[in-house]
Amino acid sequence: MTVALLEIRELRKSYGEELVLRNISLSLAEHQVKVLIGASGSGKSTLLRCINLLEEIDDGQIVLDSQDITAEGVNPDGVRSKIGSVFQSFNLFPHLSVLENITLAPRYVHGVERHVAEEQARELLLRFGLAEKANQYPDLLSGGQQQRVAILRAVITKPKVLLLDEVTSALDPILIAEVLSLITELKNEGMTMMIATHEMGFAKQVADQVLFLHEGSICEVGSPIELLENPQTEKCREFLDALRHAGRL
Amino acid sequence: MSYSPSALRLQREAARHRASRHSTLIAVGSTLIIGIVLTIGITGAPGFQRVRESFFNIHYASSAFPHVLSGLWLNLRVMIIAEFFVLIFGLLIALARTSKSPVLFPVRLIATAYTDFFRGLPLLLVLFLVGFGIPGLQISWIPNSAVILGTVSLILTYSAYVAEVIRAGIEAVNPAQRMAARALGLTQTQAQRHVVLPQALRKVTPPLLNDLVSLQKDSGLISVLGAIDAIRAAGIETAQSFNFTPYLVAGALFVLLTVPLTRFTDWLTRRQDRARVQQGRW
Repeated sequence: MTVALLEIRELRKSYGEELVLRNISLSLAEHQVKVLIGASGSGKSTLLRCINLLEEIDDGQIVLDSQDITAEGVNPDGVRSKIGSVFQSFNLFPHLSVLENITLAPRYVHGVERHVAEEQARELLLRFGLAEKANQYPDLLSGGQQQRVAILRAVITKPKVLLLDEVTSALDPILIAEVLSLITELKNEGMTMMIATHEMGFAKQVADQVLFLHEGSICEVGSPIELLENPQTEKCREFLDALRHAGRL
Repeated sequence: MSYSPSALRLQREAARHRASRHSTLIAVGSTLIIGIVLTIGITGAPGFQRVRESFFNIHYASSAFPHVLSGLWLNLRVMIIAEFFVLIFGLLIALARTSKSPVLFPVRLIATAYTDFFRGLPLLLVLFLVGFGIPGLQISWIPNSAVILGTVSLILTYSAYVAEVIRAGIEAVNPAQRMAARALGLTQTQAQRHVVLPQALRKVTPPLLNDLVSLQKDSGLISVLGAIDAIRAAGIETAQSFNFTPYLVAGALFVLLTVPLTRFTDWLTRRQDRARVQQGRW
């Protein structure tokens, strides 16, 4: 049995009175891709935000690369430097060019020299068809380009795990395809990922395993085919039916 | 295939041309009318000759000019030194006020009290308190030069204004920006330095420079402490001739001094927008 790269044990998180995550346990092996699905408010984003320590957890444990990152005294900056995060709203830095956005973390967090970081960034941009955007500012790019830049910004430091939080929710279908093909390519290169998404087709395509979250707990787990085509729980069936009605499946 | 403009396009262009000529005519007409009304209204006033004599006298203007100008040199030095320190202190106070570190709690408290106090206190009172109060303490190592104490007063007051402007800028940066920076592994300080502050300062460049322009003209207030600046020099001339023209000369010079900064602000704002924002007709 392989040792899990990321292991979550009995995680519990609430915002005041409201319990958003209850008793979440899961483990993610190296090179594995897990996709979180579920209605808005089911806790997908919160779970991802707990992993990169943007949220403080109430109970349980998160172990990354054999380090308990939820232990007292752990430096969150050090943990985050090993995790890549991409958000629904891109959050590129508007005052920095594409190249500067991508090289910020290598230069200031990982101590890579400027010209080395820029060379790596240009290489990445070239590989993903964004070479001519290197010196542009984010506001002049399309949403799909912005999100692809945001993904490259997250992977340039070779994170142990990449967290993608509904990264296509703000995009139209053509732009979604651009972004998804980039993520598929990363999977083929062996990137370990946790993905929250509403794109079921994409889930089917990249997931090694799909987790259905309902009201803060993992309600059903399975291979993409199993879970999406033959859900076992009532809740999961309802969720997929709703998506089908909305024409999203 | 070669393109020839459609009749529709030609028609639209002709209409736009007519509309713009129409606007020009209206602008010229209204300017003329307002100009005439103002000229008649002012020159026709019963005291116009007297006012012209005592405020717009070429003879007194030229004789006062060199004295006022050498006074202005003092204002110029005072404003540049004050601006330098105001920007540094303003930034430090704003950073202290927006920090969340528990260690800095007392600093935050002092910074808040400081801005509350000096934004509320009239500059003239600060000048009196610092300019006359501090020498009264008779502490040997504190200089009692009117220029130095006047500059200190300007710095005290304007640092409070500028700190509030910068703080507003920091708070106007979308919190998701800081979050994204932290998610990349940047420390609190690095996120502030590389992500939040640059955006904050860009947002507040116009109001910031507005405060600097205001500081420039308020440098004339150090004359109340007896420093021979442009305004005091004009006052000395006026006291000899009982003609107010020297004050007008000083006023004109102050305006001239602030114009470059104002134009610089406009230019800076335009340049920032051009590279980063979609252009269009809106």
